[in-house]
Amino acid sequence: MENLAALVYIVAAVLFILALRGLSHPETARRGLSYGMTGMGLAIFTTLLLPQTGGTCWSLIGIGIGGAIGAHIARTIDMTALPQLMAGFHSLVGLAAVCVAASAFYTPEAFGIGTKEDIHFASMVEMSLGLAIGAVTFTGSIIAWAKLEGRMSGKPIMFGGQHALNGMLGVLLLLLIFILCITESSFIFWLVAILSMALGVLIIIPIGGADMPVIVSMLNSYSGWAAAGIGFTLHNNLLIITGALVGASGAILSYIMCKGMNRSFISVIMGGFGAEQGAGDAAEHDPDRSAKIGSAEDAAYIMKNASKVIIIPGYGMAVAQAQHALREMADILKKEGVDVKYAIHPVAGRMPGHMNVLLAEANVPYDEVFEMEDINREFAQADVAYVIGANDITNPAAKNDSSSPIYGMPVLDVEKAQTVLFVKRSLGAGYAGIDNPLFFEDQTMMLLDDAKKMTENIIKALE
Amino acid sequence: MSETKKTLNDSTSDLAVRIQELSQEVAALAAEASQNVASDIVHGQPFLITGLTVFILACFVGYHVVWRVTPALHSPLMGITNAISSVIIVGAIMAVWPKDESFSLLGFLAVIFASINIFGGFIITRRMLSMFKKKGS
Repeated sequence: MENLAALVYIVAAVLFILALRGLSHPETARRGLSYGMTGMGLAIFTTLLLPQTGGTCWSLIGIGIGGAIGAHIARTIDMTALPQLMAGFHSLVGLAAVCVAASAFYTPEAFGIGTKEDIHFASMVEMSLGLAIGAVTFTGSIIAWAKLEGRMSGKPIMFGGQHALNGMLGVLLLLLIFILCITESSFIFWLVAILSMALGVLIIIPIGGADMPVIVSMLNSYSGWAAAGIGFTLHNNLLIITGALVGASGAILSYIMCKGMNRSFISVIMGGFGAEQGAGDAAEHDPDRSAKIGSAEDAAYIMKNASKVIIIPGYGMAVAQAQHALREMADILKKEGVDVKYAIHPVAGRMPGHMNVLLAEANVPYDEVFEMEDINREFAQADVAYVIGANDITNPAAKNDSSSPIYGMPVLDVEKAQTVLFVKRSLGAGYAGIDNPLFFEDQTMMLLDDAKKMTENIIKALE
Repeated sequence: MSETKKTLNDSTSDLAVRIQELSQEVAALAAEASQNVASDIVHGQPFLITGLTVFILACFVGYHVVWRVTPALHSPLMGITNAISSVIIVGAIMAVWPKDESFSLLGFLAVIFASINIFGGFIITRRMLSMFKKKGS
């Protein structure tokens, strides 16, 4: 039975790999998802049948309760709230890892890693690592969730000696883990758990809202490493493989997000970015230049006579729930014979791929949506760039002003379009607190209103 | 022409024999490995080596598979990875009520937390993927 279970676990691991593989294209993604579900079903079913597993009934009750809660949340959640949902989910993986580590600590016989107070040294090391990473993931994700959900200010929380404190806490944790492995004292076990949770909070609070896409990906990665750590403890290859897959995936997403903002991972972790948020009214800095402000009718007229329009959505579009109105506008324009495309910056939105999901939700076909590197060349031939709820990702200062804090960040070449229509609530700075000189260019027309209202007014004017 | 065909035939049959040999070797190795694994579980210590091997290879597989994921599907990727990382439920189920032990609340809670994730992660991913449509469909 033992060996058979190990074989089934390998099959499940392969199915998980195929699930990720399927995501290379929207066509194959759904099949991939069913591979993933099958793999999970196999893993759970086999574990329930293992001879050393008792209390099958209780497990099923637990799965029932958890499944009902999870299904309810996933069915009712708004797609705009996806980033905080992911953060919340990651915290649960961390918490589950802590619980499993504690179970293994108190009943090691059940997992074949020794007897109580005489657990194998290697298993103790792996268990404490799983415990620490799980605990950091748990509280770190809760803070990330609170910041994304708006329960907590998105501004970084900084205080003197913060990094020194974190560093000291880290060293102390390693020391305690070492002591724990030798003494196997349950007091030290919980001390490690609590200190790791404190560290999780301290790591995330200095990180500003603009860096949240990186943090959500990073916590995704941590939840994988925690699972792998538990896999080592339980001598379970499936957990190790899956943990490594998830860890690698989160790490790659963090890397892509960092590159999208031209920030190093270390500087994101150090935090503090966006501290001077809302630093100023752009108009104050540039008294000689004024922005051209247009109306919905002007915008409608310009777009109707254009032959190519590129839409650049940002998080502001999601907040205003303007994606449905936007798609309607695009439909009318397409009927008028206008070529409409969407351009997505890698860090648009609050998590990787967030904008694509929101557009898909509004029934925008995925083959009209393009990634930055695929569409940047086309701005030169575009008549209109319609920027809605985005700011920093269009800022030309990133290309030509070496004093700008976002200098070097890859941006969409919006200014190359003949006319830039900028839907924005005010002339204020963006999320990173940086002025956008594009507002004052000659070809730019500012449409100052709520993203949804403005788009709806344009639709009215078009009809 | 027939000469080359002949040598080709020869080499194919040669190859077949070698493959057979190789497969026998693999089978023998697999048997040995499974024995090792079984003894590892008894002794505890050396699993770390097998585990690390599996771990590092899986990291490489993950690296290559994830780079091929299209950026448009990065959110569903997070949904799926979130769901599968909850495979930790395997450990939780074993902890709920181990043979010769008593009911463990920690294990039970871990099962609940992990199931929230599994169901939540898969369902939200399905919801996301069902929205991705091609032009005209």
